[in-house]
Amino acid sequence: MKIDPKTFVKDYQLNVCIQCGTCTGGCPVKFRSPLNMRRLVRETIFTANLSPLFKRPELWACTTCSTCSLRCPAGVKNVELIMGIRNFLANQGEVPSTIRDALENTLLQGNPWGRFRDRRADWAKDLGVKILGEATTETLLYVGCAPSYDPRVQNVSTALVKILQKADIDFGILGKKESCCGNEIKRMGEQALFKKLAKDNTNLFKKSGIKRIITISPHCFNAFKNEYPDLAIPVQHYTQVIADLIETGKLKLSKALNLSATYQDPCFLGKQNLVFDEPRKILTSIPGLEFAEMERSKHRSLCCEGGGGRMWAEGGTEGIRNGEIRIKEAHALGAKVMATACPFCLLTLEDAVKISGLTDQVVVKDISELVVEAM
Amino acid sequence: MKQKIGVYICHCGTNIAATVDCNELARFAGTLPGVKIARDYRYLCSDPGQDLIKKDIRELSIDRVVVAACSPRMHEMTFRNVLSAEGLNPYFLNIANIREQCSWVHQDRERATEKARHILRAAVARVLRQEALTARRVGITPTVLVVGAGIAGIQAALTIANAGMKVSLVERAPFIGGHMAQLDKTFPTLDCASCIFTPKTVEVARNNNIELLVCSDVAEVKGYVGNFTVTIKKNPTFVDFSRCTGCGDCTEACVLKKGVPSDFEESMATRRAIYIPFPQAVPLKAVVDKESCLLLSKGKCKKSCVEACKATAIDFDQKEEMIEKEVGSIIIATGYDPFDPHLLPQYGYGVYDPIVTGLQFERLSSPSGPTQGEILLKDGSVPKAIAFLHCIGSRDENANLHCSRICCMASMKQAHLAKEKTGAEIYEFYIDMNAFGKGYQEFYKRVREEGIYFIRGKGSEIFKRDGRLVVAAEDTLLGTPIEINVDMVVLGTGLTARRDAERVAQVFGISRSADGFFMEAHPKLRPVATNVDGIFLAGCCQGPKDIPDTVAQASAAAAEVMSLLTKGEIEVEPTTASIDPDLCAGCKLCIEICPYSAIDFLEMKGISAVNEALCKGCGACTAICPNKAARQNHFTQDQVLAEVEGLAG
Repeated sequence: MKIDPKTFVKDYQLNVCIQCGTCTGGCPVKFRSPLNMRRLVRETIFTANLSPLFKRPELWACTTCSTCSLRCPAGVKNVELIMGIRNFLANQGEVPSTIRDALENTLLQGNPWGRFRDRRADWAKDLGVKILGEATTETLLYVGCAPSYDPRVQNVSTALVKILQKADIDFGILGKKESCCGNEIKRMGEQALFKKLAKDNTNLFKKSGIKRIITISPHCFNAFKNEYPDLAIPVQHYTQVIADLIETGKLKLSKALNLSATYQDPCFLGKQNLVFDEPRKILTSIPGLEFAEMERSKHRSLCCEGGGGRMWAEGGTEGIRNGEIRIKEAHALGAKVMATACPFCLLTLEDAVKISGLTDQVVVKDISELVVEAM
Repeated sequence: MKQKIGVYICHCGTNIAATVDCNELARFAGTLPGVKIARDYRYLCSDPGQDLIKKDIRELSIDRVVVAACSPRMHEMTFRNVLSAEGLNPYFLNIANIREQCSWVHQDRERATEKARHILRAAVARVLRQEALTARRVGITPTVLVVGAGIAGIQAALTIANAGMKVSLVERAPFIGGHMAQLDKTFPTLDCASCIFTPKTVEVARNNNIELLVCSDVAEVKGYVGNFTVTIKKNPTFVDFSRCTGCGDCTEACVLKKGVPSDFEESMATRRAIYIPFPQAVPLKAVVDKESCLLLSKGKCKKSCVEACKATAIDFDQKEEMIEKEVGSIIIATGYDPFDPHLLPQYGYGVYDPIVTGLQFERLSSPSGPTQGEILLKDGSVPKAIAFLHCIGSRDENANLHCSRICCMASMKQAHLAKEKTGAEIYEFYIDMNAFGKGYQEFYKRVREEGIYFIRGKGSEIFKRDGRLVVAAEDTLLGTPIEINVDMVVLGTGLTARRDAERVAQVFGISRSADGFFMEAHPKLRPVATNVDGIFLAGCCQGPKDIPDTVAQASAAAAEVMSLLTKGEIEVEPTTASIDPDLCAGCKLCIEICPYSAIDFLEMKGISAVNEALCKGCGACTAICPNKAARQNHFTQDQVLAEVEGLAG
């Protein structure tokens, strides 16, 4: 399909922009790249030949955290503009090579890293988890790509299985049949591939006869909840499920952890989908856990820079990473644990711990891992 | 007798003629039964246009008139007067609306003209069956109800009272003055608000023509222009105002020592459960807040206030009172609510205490406020840098789309006061500078000269770093993202419709515009009238405005009221219903459905009858009557059916 960038002005409501700079002022990469959202909107309206404009590398610095479009007083669809431009570039074959690989990998293997499709459920081998198709159940634990393949994030998947088993929840996973949710694929510009994944996954879910979906990643949660056009199955992020289990007394946290923790709001869980309270409810239910809030939290949380395809992009930003800022903030707060509830936050923040030289002082953990420790 | 109809088609410049073929329409009208003459003309509402009709009435003995033009709401009266001037009954006129209902809403000329033919045919068919009617004249009660005693209500009430008419001024709060009473100085002249305002509030208290009812709401409004019956609910204050001297001994004695947030001080200070809102309050009386009073909320208190009151004014048995009043006209001046910045969490309001709203800053800066006018932080220190953020809750799709008009000026005035009092570095974050009034641009220049920094960029978020507040924004003129460290932030919070605006609109039967404020009858030509005859608007309840505009509008509303009430009597449309006693079976369905209680049952005769003085001509009884005994003037069954047949035909 040919994409005409001339329609962007209308498609993304660029004409209503009042050039107030709210978008740029709140952008998490504003000091890390030349990306200036306000100027990009104006340039897209007034530039005759858009191709050179769209070749600027900083367009790949956007993490699609959506702070800009959520705050825009005029209703400009900034993040959709970024996705539209990337879609245009993907169609022309002009995306950076690492992004291109991630897209191709997803097409071939169902995950952006290009790991073998057949090994997607290896992590669950000895956990006694039902595989849909071989067994039936109404609750699907949708694992996602990073939790399936990344050794660090596999620990989160394992933790979650233990929690659900402990709470006697009857659930299953899709095993080898699971494919990428497409959330990051859409944000990297492959909208056609996203549509295909959405259609195939929707069909697969419906055929499996499941009644609800639990996701590990907020990114999958967002795709299923907001961007799958025909999925009529309720979706929950795992923090919502655990908070409910604690509330109703089905999950008891009895072991005291005796540590201080803070929490990084994942953008796709927090500001984009307004799940703020449940993760905090879980953390404050853990005996002995002293919870402290960072200055920038909830709607004002600072993006970790892991979204929008940044996990597969190389360079494009400079200076101190947001992850480091967050780790230092947590450290200054006296927190020993930086908790989060997103595979990308987990990975970017763990990197940041190493870079900041705070390895012995701050540990990054997923909330599910802390819950298992407290069970 | 065969009627002679004159049909007149208006071009309305190009408003109609561009879409509807008026020439063709005139030709078509000439073919309709009963039409003697059909003409089209560029502007029928003009004098020569009206003369054209008059001439035909005289020379061609025209006895029915159809005008195909704009909505009857615009010019029905104009053309009725044309008929009256020539000795014809004005109810022999019918207006075919081919502008709002045809040319303005269509593009295809061919099809629009066809639709206009149908509308015209219906109008001609109807006018043949119209009957002569005579308008009723009714007396007017020469008293006025003013709802809300802010600067708008006060100005309107004083103007009317000074003209010698009686005014009931109803205020929900325990004091009069509204938001203006909270302000420190006013832009652009920097007059002290209390200095210019207190004489007015004192005058209200002194004026014999004004009955002031504080702590009161309007519960119900019945009747119509000239003859409204209003029910006012007077909430208990638990203090007998006739005895209270305003000494404040009760407040001192109140056991609620920790107090509750004071509304008047915008929660910047506390008050007791029995309190006088502020030292210059009119009326200067104590009131009891039943939510925080331990005796009234918990049933347990040693009543130290009663003991302390030498005037024995405190009366915990006081009950709510309903007062009924007859008034000829009503002015609504209920004001605005400031935007609640909790709704935009990126600004950290409620998280960091040196972030205040515009009104909170006014209280800080006011000599009678919690800091005696000093701009201080919670720890008592003077801020070294202050940011003022414009457009918080205004011009924002996530809050209110409208511009609140006053905040640019209010922010600059506050910046000036802050600079004067603290010498701090001051940053104004703005999108566009709306300095539109007399002397406002000059004031803008003055504050620039004072060394206040203006940054063109909306504040994006506020957070704390190293103990100081950081305002993140973009300097859009440089194209650079910035983060500025300050000690205090003042949010230029916008003006919104009152939270209970919908309920108030329902009580008075008036409309609201999309922004939630009350709607004027015409945005340009009837800016203080409402869609209900006899009810007028003044001040911010109609939309955000500054003090000069508010006072001007309040004076205009007062003038409208006086011009109405000095007439002594008014004409009332004769389009009322009647019930044919020969057909009425006495089933009473009409009595049940009538929203104005205008139908009585005559026990002696066993039939229902309409009270013309109360009937508003809504037609509900005629629709429900199973015997077709109820009949409405100007909307009779055969008139309406003829119109429908004309439309369909």
